[in-house]
Amino acid sequence: MNELAQRLGEYRGEIVTSIVETGAMLGWALLAAVLIGLPMGTGMYLARRGGPKERGWLYSGLNGFVNVVRSVPFLLFVVALIPFTRWAVGTSFGTTAAAVPLSFVAVALYARWVEQTLVDIPRDTVELADSLGANTFQLVTRFLYPEARSGLVLSMTTVTISMISYSTIMGVVGGGGVGDFAIRYGYQRYEYDIMYVTIAVIVVLVMLIQTFGTRLSMALDHRSR
Amino acid sequence: MSPVDPAPAATLTDPLLRVSGLKKSFGDNEVLRSIDLSVQAGQVLALVGPSGSGKTTVLRCLNGLEQPDAGTVEFSEGPAVSFTAKTTRREKESLRTRSAMVFQGYNLFPHKTVLQNVTEGPIQVQKRPKAEAIAEAERLLERVGLAEKRDDYPHQLSGGQQQRVGIVRALAQQPALLLFDEPTSALDPELVGDVLTVIKELAEEGWTMVLVTHELAFAREVADTVVFMDGGVVVEQGPAQDVLRAPKQERTRAFVHRLLNPF
Ligand SMILES: Nc1ncnc2c1ncn2[C@@H]1O[C@H](COP(=O)(O)OP(=O)(O)OP(=O)(O)O)[C@@H](O)[C@H]1O
Ligand SMILES: [Mg+2]
Repeated sequence: MNELAQRLGEYRGEIVTSIVETGAMLGWALLAAVLIGLPMGTGMYLARRGGPKERGWLYSGLNGFVNVVRSVPFLLFVVALIPFTRWAVGTSFGTTAAAVPLSFVAVALYARWVEQTLVDIPRDTVELADSLGANTFQLVTRFLYPEARSGLVLSMTTVTISMISYSTIMGVVGGGGVGDFAIRYGYQRYEYDIMYVTIAVIVVLVMLIQTFGTRLSMALDHRSR
Repeated sequence: MSPVDPAPAATLTDPLLRVSGLKKSFGDNEVLRSIDLSVQAGQVLALVGPSGSGKTTVLRCLNGLEQPDAGTVEFSEGPAVSFTAKTTRREKESLRTRSAMVFQGYNLFPHKTVLQNVTEGPIQVQKRPKAEAIAEAERLLERVGLAEKRDDYPHQLSGGQQQRVGIVRALAQQPALLLFDEPTSALDPELVGDVLTVIKELAEEGWTMVLVTHELAFAREVADTVVFMDGGVVVEQGPAQDVLRAPKQERTRAFVHRLLNPF
């Protein structure tokens, strides 16, 4: 045990680096989820059949994108995206490059969650906003998001946790991160104890994020408790 | 004519709302075949008829929630809007701002407080000054006896209280015409009275309204005109006393009889 603590101490620098790398990958992915996934999911909700602004072609396009990104096995997706990644960020190797496929998945996942969350808003609410004379922008920002916010937070929590999981394999394109650290030291150098410690840390991190997300979402929910 | 005396003779010949030839189908279900009606300023029109006869659809067309297939809707002081495939958004919007709807199921925003429910339309959509909208909302809440509920959320209120908030919300939009769609039919019987009292007071104050209701006794009390619809057409219309007490048409007679003698 002391010996493990000592080795962890030796790897301190690497551990800090890998945490920073994971943080960077997650940060980019979640930023993309909010900036692109949220409008995309909102667009899907508005454009879907029976939605407030039905547009078949728009829905098919966005829906197709989300389905494709979500259905390609992630490792294959990372590799298949390499030409795009190189074009977008100038390199296909390293943490920034790893953030590109992660961002795609985060956008697609969150877009789908946003669509579903908005669909769950009672029809009455949309109707009322309409009756008040709200235009589409007001409908979304003043009426839909405030009504859906606890669901939007909860689904962002889920996406965050999925992204932690996806980010652990980004070592394949030199993305680094906590998962890569665990594999390099734990699996490749047979220091299994290090691997298990890392896994335990990730589990605790996931639990903390989930608890935080659930609490925040409950605090935002004003329906009967 | 003195300014304190608002020319009643003029309003009789010049209705606040005139609807003609209103048609609406859902798929091949022809719900409104051709509806004509008009409402005089300051008057209450009760719209009655069997379930499925299209009463809600009429209100929704007037409030711009449904796009009619054909027909003309005209508010006094506004252009007549004729519905065709080419009706512009702007024309429809011009109608929407003239009326405000009170829904059967209250339709409050669950995540907004009572006050926010009332002020959101005026502030966010109509862009009225915030302080003014809040003051107006507080005054209206006060008058329906809900002043102390302003910071509550809808789920903390009874059905009757929620519906009174629904009415206040409609009033806060400062419409020319109030539309009520069976405002008490979702309420427990003991809560109906409070809501009807508010509606009656509004009628007495001179609000113009179209009221869809199954409460014929109430309709007789507050309505000036009654329109009986069935099968997507107006079967009979006239002064409330005549239509509800001595209907001319057999279908109206059967309907009135059934509602007044349910067993
Ligand atoms: N959005 C819609 N899509 C398809 N059909 C509809 C829609 N809205 C109404 N209808 C149909 O239109 C007809 C008239 O409905 P409407 O709600 O206007 O009747 P109503 O007179 O208000 O009845 P009730 O007294 O039960 O409220 C019904 O047959 C209904 O099924
Ligand atoms: Mg109805």
